[in-house]
Amino acid sequence: MNTVEIHIKRRPSPDAPQHWEVFEIPYRPNLNVISCLMEIRKNPVTKSGQQTTPPSWDMNCLEQVCGICTMVINGRVRQSCSALVDNLDKPIKLEPMTKFPNIRDLIVDRSQMFDHLKRVHAWIELDGTHDLGPGPRMDQEDVMERYAYSRCMTCGCCLEACPQYDEDHYIGPQAIAQVRLFNMHPSGAMDREERLQGIMGDDGITNCGNAQNCVKVCPMNIPLTKAIYEENRETVLYGLLGWLKK
Amino acid sequence: MATDIKIAIVGGGLAGLAAAMKIAEAGHSVDLFSVVPVKRSHSVCAQGGINGAVNTKGEGDSIWEHFDDTVYGGDFLANQPPAKAMCEMAPAIIYLFDRMGVPFSRTNEGLLDFRRFGGTKHHRTAFAGASTGQQLLYALDEQVRRHEVAGKVKKYEGWEMMSLVLDDHQVCRGLVAMNLRSLELKAFPADAVIIASGGPGLIFGKSTNSMVCTGSAVAACYQQGAKYANGEFIQVHPTSIPGEDKLRLMSESARGEGGRVWVPKNKGDKRSPSSIPENERLYFLEEKYPAYGNLVPRDIATREIFQVCLAGMGVNGENQVYLDLTHIPAETLDKKLGAILEIYEMFVGDDPRHVPMRIFPGVHYSMGGLWVDFDQRTNVSGLLAAGECDYSIHGANRLGANSLVSCVYGGFIAAPAAIEWAQNVERNGSNGSRVYDQETKHQQEINDRLIKQSGKENQYKLHDEMGKIMTDNVTVIRYNDRLKQTDDKLRELTDRYDRISINDSNLWATMALPHARQLRNMLDLARVITLGALNRNESRGAHYKPDFPDRDDPNWLKTTVAEYSGEGPVFSYDPVDISLLPPRKRDYSHEKKETAKA
Ligand SMILES: Cc1cc2nc3c(=O)[nH]c(=O)nc-3n(C[C@H](O)[C@H](O)[C@H](O)COP(=O)(O)OP(=O)(O)OC[C@H]3O[C@@H](n4cnc5c(N)ncnc54)[C@H](O)[C@@H]3O)c2cc1C
Ligand code: SF4
Ligand code: SF4
Ligand code: FES
Repeated sequence: MNTVEIHIKRRPSPDAPQHWEVFEIPYRPNLNVISCLMEIRKNPVTKSGQQTTPPSWDMNCLEQVCGICTMVINGRVRQSCSALVDNLDKPIKLEPMTKFPNIRDLIVDRSQMFDHLKRVHAWIELDGTHDLGPGPRMDQEDVMERYAYSRCMTCGCCLEACPQYDEDHYIGPQAIAQVRLFNMHPSGAMDREERLQGIMGDDGITNCGNAQNCVKVCPMNIPLTKAIYEENRETVLYGLLGWLKK
Repeated sequence: MATDIKIAIVGGGLAGLAAAMKIAEAGHSVDLFSVVPVKRSHSVCAQGGINGAVNTKGEGDSIWEHFDDTVYGGDFLANQPPAKAMCEMAPAIIYLFDRMGVPFSRTNEGLLDFRRFGGTKHHRTAFAGASTGQQLLYALDEQVRRHEVAGKVKKYEGWEMMSLVLDDHQVCRGLVAMNLRSLELKAFPADAVIIASGGPGLIFGKSTNSMVCTGSAVAACYQQGAKYANGEFIQVHPTSIPGEDKLRLMSESARGEGGRVWVPKNKGDKRSPSSIPENERLYFLEEKYPAYGNLVPRDIATREIFQVCLAGMGVNGENQVYLDLTHIPAETLDKKLGAILEIYEMFVGDDPRHVPMRIFPGVHYSMGGLWVDFDQRTNVSGLLAAGECDYSIHGANRLGANSLVSCVYGGFIAAPAAIEWAQNVERNGSNGSRVYDQETKHQQEINDRLIKQSGKENQYKLHDEMGKIMTDNVTVIRYNDRLKQTDDKLRELTDRYDRISINDSNLWATMALPHARQLRNMLDLARVITLGALNRNESRGAHYKPDFPDRDDPNWLKTTVAEYSGEGPVFSYDPVDISLLPPRKRDYSHEKKETAKA
């Protein structure tokens, strides 16, 4: 019988060491990594016949739009729901992301990414939710550019791949792209300074070494280096003007 | 009057976030619970768009038209006043999202653009590329984060609501939730609780829904006395992409932008689709429903596709038909449908710009849900519901792009209603703490029992069996004998459930115990759906019985209401409020006949 061999890097709890376990499941066409994991959890026995605990992982939308199922597959960070077994080298190696606290097995805690969104004021300061008619008119071209940034699903691939991103040293491309998203909007632009301040500290935008790893792994094809370029310019100008005002 | 109000919201999809935003804006506190980080809620999956009669295209669209389409599309089972209220609020909802910065597609003048969806003749659907739900959810997520920073909203992400806390008078006083890492159970007092936990697609095993859509929170409320209405109305979407782990949706916007559904005229024609000439193709929707063509409502499109395949006319004799976009320029497709075409490409491997897609119907949406009044209040005092988890608005069939707007509408109505209740309810004071301890203890006992239990049954296999029989017998075509068999099977599964072993000796961040708890709840809800369908001897909207092929208003123009009992659901029926539009026959082969404006 045709089978698929899957190696999973396990960790029972946050302070326990990691170890590898090898599983084997029957092959079927069109399997993705999530369906393999589902198969394994039904009957968690390793390839060598050892009873073990079922692996834990995160999943929700299963169509690469919620970002939750991100892991490192054969050395590359990506979503496990859209990783098709037929397209992967075997054996398949699954590891949790390394830039975030590892909770158990393939689960990591990405709350720092949401905290960064707070820091850069990634929202529009509404006057209120009562009916004030439509928003500002916009050119479809500008909308298309904003649309590209607004597809960011906070998956963390870019941060995993960025050589500069490591806990608290650098805010990272995801948050910078969100600054771009809101600073481009006519109402959002009114608070652009607050956002710029959020990316101008010691851990700010200047830490980017322009390695461009981030754009290569972003599953939503977000023009991250463009955002970094634009925001770099904005912060420099803002720094200059701020200095002139003194 | 209480001023330090705290309201608990279960769910951070569109409905839950809409309510949270309104409550925080009014200056009150929110505890927001969600299984997944709210930004990853199922609402991100919505692709096509959100409805509101704005009439930018000068087609004479109006709120009344939207309302009429909604009620007509729902086969007259919806209570009309809330449906009308939603249509009235819809343009303002879209404008609000526009102000929040959603990158809606634009016209040449920079105004909002609208596309056409099923069950209407008007361009009424605002859209942000082909990922509208994602954009709308993010906009609300951003606003709620702003209130979070201001200290008004506290998020409990990774906490699953397990049950309500009810006092001796059946008044809801808060809830018990479980931390999905530590499995800690904790009671959270609240002046009111809003359930916004989304749909129950996972009951059918594979569906277009996300993995958190178990309906488990709703089932818990039902078990504690909340009424569940119109459970038998399950929408099966005509176009999904069958997969190993789920059915991925191919949005109705593909047909809205001109996609055509067809099969080869010759049974078993093995030629590649592009080499089959026009006159040897059967565009069965266009032929049978000339007025609406490929954009007939979902229940109709689904049945037609299903029947074509049952008759062996499916592509290669299999359960699939073509959804063809290849006649539309690739550039237009990329601009309007990019995101969904990528999904097809990613999971199937073919490029839909050049090869017709192969699709089949898949379970998609529940019209049924918690019973609520016109202010989103359930029958349990202090408990409200909004979003896909409530039954209001859509009747027997939901129109495309009407769900997102109904979720936000529900959240916007539930918020002030919850505040009003909270301001006026008498608090239990210190002697109230007993009910919290009791409920937490009760939930702990259930967990402990499951953890200790060691039987031969496998919970995931039970889930598969439930999903299979529900999909086979309680979806597109329903027969009473098979519905009875399904209920027998569900009872058998419930019995076998007591012999599962959770099979994970490491309880830290385990998926096994939460799934086991959800499975038990899904089984209860599955019976509500199945028996509701068994009882309803007519065909209406998504509920179709060949043995009772017609809508039967004299006997069945009524809302199914299920209440929990130890032996199974107890059914009663409520009248439908048809005060605005007299019911008329639904017929999509002709133009919809206008009714005089009441
Ligand atoms: C693929 C797809 C495409 C769609 N496209 C469209 C479209 O184009 N237009 C349209 O109008 N509609 C569309 N729909 C329907 C629409 O997306 C949903 O009906 C809607 O998003 C539901 O929103 P909600 O707020 O009710 O719940 P959801 O977004 O499902 O959110 C539910 C929330 O509840 C939480 N939750 C659940 N249980 C618990 C618990 N026990 N404890 C704590 N939290 C819990 C979850 O974590 C989540 O935050 C689509 C649906 C699908 C499946
Ligand atoms: S370009 Fe900057 S943000 Fe992107 S990977 Fe390189 S250092 Fe990191
Ligand atoms: S920018 Fe791309 S890679 Fe980074 S979090 Fe967003 S979607 Fe993921
Ligand atoms: S499960 Fe949502 S991105 Fe994979």
